[in-house]
Amino acid sequence: MLSGADILIRSLQEENVEHVFGYPGGAVLHIYDALFKQNRINHFLVRHEQAATHMADGYARATGRAGCVLVTSGPGATNAITGIATAYMDSIPMVVISGQVQSHLIGTDSFQETDMIGISRPIVKHSFMIKAATEIPSAVKKAFYIATSGRPGPVVIDIPKDITNPSDLVPYEYPKDLKMRSYMPATKGHSGQIKKAVNMIMAAQRPMIYAGGGVIQGNGCEKLVELTRTLGFPITNTLMGLGAYPGTDKQFLGMLGMHGTLEANNAMHHCDLLLAIGARFDDRITNTVSKFCPQAKIIHVDVDPASISKTVIADVPIVGPVEWVLSEMIDIVGQVIDQRARGHAEMLASWWEQIEVWRSQNCLEVKTDTTGAIIKPQQVIQALYKFTKGDAVVTSDVGQHQMFAALYYPFDKPRKWINSGGLGTMGFGLPSAMGVQIAFPEEQVVCVTGEGSIQMNIQELSTCAQYGLPIKIINLNNRALGMVKQWQDMQYEGRHSHSYMESLPNFVALVEAYGHVGKQVTNIDELDSAMEEALAIKDKLVFLDVLVDPEEHVYPMHVAPDGSMRDMWLSKGVRT
Amino acid sequence: MRRIISVLLENESGALSRVIGLFAQRGYNIETLTVAPTDDDTLSRLTLTTIASDEQSEQIIKQLNKLIEVVRLVDLTDGEYVERELMLIKVKATGSQRAEVKRTSDIFRGQIVDVSAANYTIQLTGTSRKLDAFVNAISEFTVTEVVRSGVSGLSRGEKALAL
Repeated sequence: MLSGADILIRSLQEENVEHVFGYPGGAVLHIYDALFKQNRINHFLVRHEQAATHMADGYARATGRAGCVLVTSGPGATNAITGIATAYMDSIPMVVISGQVQSHLIGTDSFQETDMIGISRPIVKHSFMIKAATEIPSAVKKAFYIATSGRPGPVVIDIPKDITNPSDLVPYEYPKDLKMRSYMPATKGHSGQIKKAVNMIMAAQRPMIYAGGGVIQGNGCEKLVELTRTLGFPITNTLMGLGAYPGTDKQFLGMLGMHGTLEANNAMHHCDLLLAIGARFDDRITNTVSKFCPQAKIIHVDVDPASISKTVIADVPIVGPVEWVLSEMIDIVGQVIDQRARGHAEMLASWWEQIEVWRSQNCLEVKTDTTGAIIKPQQVIQALYKFTKGDAVVTSDVGQHQMFAALYYPFDKPRKWINSGGLGTMGFGLPSAMGVQIAFPEEQVVCVTGEGSIQMNIQELSTCAQYGLPIKIINLNNRALGMVKQWQDMQYEGRHSHSYMESLPNFVALVEAYGHVGKQVTNIDELDSAMEEALAIKDKLVFLDVLVDPEEHVYPMHVAPDGSMRDMWLSKGVRT
Repeated sequence: MRRIISVLLENESGALSRVIGLFAQRGYNIETLTVAPTDDDTLSRLTLTTIASDEQSEQIIKQLNKLIEVVRLVDLTDGEYVERELMLIKVKATGSQRAEVKRTSDIFRGQIVDVSAANYTIQLTGTSRKLDAFVNAISEFTVTEVVRSGVSGLSRGEKALAL
C-alpha cells in the first residue's frame, strides 16, 4: 500500500526516469516529499518552469529518451506551456506532470487553479487527468509509451493534490503490458509502395533527397547515409534534420529552405524526383507551395499519415517508421541497382555537374570587414567550429544567430544540433543546453545565442551555478533583434520598429555575479584566442559576449511572397 | 462538399473536447454535432457534419485518427448511407391557422407532440434537407422555437463502424 505521491515516483522509476526538471509549489508538495525520500531520480531545480520544459526537451533531443518535467498548478503549469508547445512542434518526447488543486476545489476558481488539460490540449500529443491514485501507474506507462512511440510528442499528466495525499494509501502494481485499442502507431511501411518508390528512384534523372528531423527522431540516420551513398544522390537536410546526414560529406548540399543554400534550393527546384523522408514540407521550406518542385514526382516517407499530402501532395505516400522503410528500400535497391539503365550514370553525372555549378557560387562565402576590425557573426561560428573540431553539441536560440549556426557549423552526427525549429522559441538555447549537459556531462556543450534571446531565460545562469554545468555560451551581440531588423530592412524600408535594445546589461558583470566566467570580444583579432580560451575552461560556465556587425543579414534568403524555392536573395540587393 | 463523419470515441471525460478543439484549432467548420453513448458503454458515437474539400476532409480524417481517444471513424458520405435528424418546432397556431399548421405537418409526416391554446409543438424526422424544407413551408406562420438534434447516420448494407 502506497500513497499517490509514492506511486507516482515508483512509476517514474519503473520507466527508468533518471532526471526530473521542475519547480515545487503547493499542489505538488506531497510529490516533492516523496521525491525527497528516494535517491534514484535526480531532480533539477530551475528558476522558471519554462526552463524546466526546455531542459527536458534538450535532454530528450540529445538522448532520444523522454524528458520529464514536474510543475505545480496554476502559474507553474502555465509557465510550462511555451516549452510544451516547443516540444510539440518539433515532435519531442516529453512527459509533463502538473499538480492540480484538490479535486473538490476544481472549477471553483480556487487559489492557483488553472485548467491545465484545457490550456495544453492543442499542444500535447495526449493528456491524462488523474481521478484516483490507482490510475497513476497505467497513466504513467501510457504517457511514456505515447510520448516516445509513433511520431513522438509531449504528454501531460495533471494530478489533483488530494490524490497524492500521504495518508491515503492504496495498492500499487505497475502494469507489465499495455493495451490501447485506439492507439497503434505504424510499425512497418507498405511493401508495395516501397517497391513502387524504388522503381521511381531508379528511373530518376535529377533525383534529390530531402530529409528532416523525423530521421533523427526515428533513429534512421545510419540507414539514410547507407541509402544515399548507395544511390549517389544529392541530399539536403532541414533545419531540424541537420546531422542526419554528415554535413561535411560531398553529397550533402547544405540546409534547404528560407535560409537554405543556393545549391540545395536550386536542386530542389529542378529535381524530377524528390525523396522526402521524415520531413513535413513546412512553409519555411517550400516558399510558395504552388511553385514548389514543379517537375518532381514526390515520394514521402513519414510515420505520421497526417504529415503526408498536408501541404504538398505526395505521388507515393509511405506511412511507416523511417528506419524500417529505409532498410526495406536499401534491400530492394541492392537487388536492382546493377540493372540500372546504362545511360543512368551519365544522367546522374550531368545532374551533379549542374549542382557543382551552383555550389561553385559559394553562397556562404563571408565578406569580411575591409577595415579588419569588425567581427562578422559568421566568423564567430567558424571559429567555434574550428576550436571544437566540429564535435560540440550546439544548442541555439532563435533568430539570425540560429541561422548562422545552422549554416556555418556543419554537423556530421545526429543529435548534435539542438534548436527550436517549429515553434521558434527564443529562450530555448540556454536551458536546452543545460539538459544536454546533464545527459552528457563529458561533452562540450555550446549555446549559440543573441543578446535578445539569452535574456528570455537568463535567470537559468543561477541553475547552472547550482549544478555546476560548464556550458559555453556564445552571445552574438549585435545590439538589435537581428532577424526582426533584417526583415524591417528588407520589407519596411529600414524602419526599425522596436527591434533595438538600448539598455543592454553588462553581460560580463552579470555572469560574474552568478559566479561564472565572462569575457567580451570586440575585435576580430581577439576572436580566435578568446574562443580557444573559453572552450578550454572545462569546469566552468563561460559566457563569451561577442560584439558582431549589427548590419549583417542572413543570406541566402527566399524571395517572398510568390517566390519559388530557387528565388533567393544572395546578398543585399543581389538576387537569383 | 458536405461530409458526415461518424466517430467511435472512448467514453472518457475530455474526449469530446479534443474533437471540438481540433476543429477549432485547425480552422475546420462544424455544421452539426451529436454525441451519445452506444450499446457498448465504453464507447461514445459522435457524428458531425462539415463542409470540406477532398483535401480538407482527408486532413480532417487523418487528424481525427491521431487523437488517442478516437477508436475508429468513417466518412459516411464516401459511400451509401442513411441519415436522420430530429427537429422539434414550436409554432403559433390560433383559429384557422390550427388546421393549416396541422395539415402542413401531416404532409411532412410530422407529429404534434404538444398542444396548447395558442401553440403546436411538432416533431419531425428526416434528412436535414427535409427539415429545412419544412421550416421553409411553415415560415408563413410564427415559429417560436426550433431545436434540431444534428445529423446521425449509418452506412447502408453490410458495412458497419464497430470494433
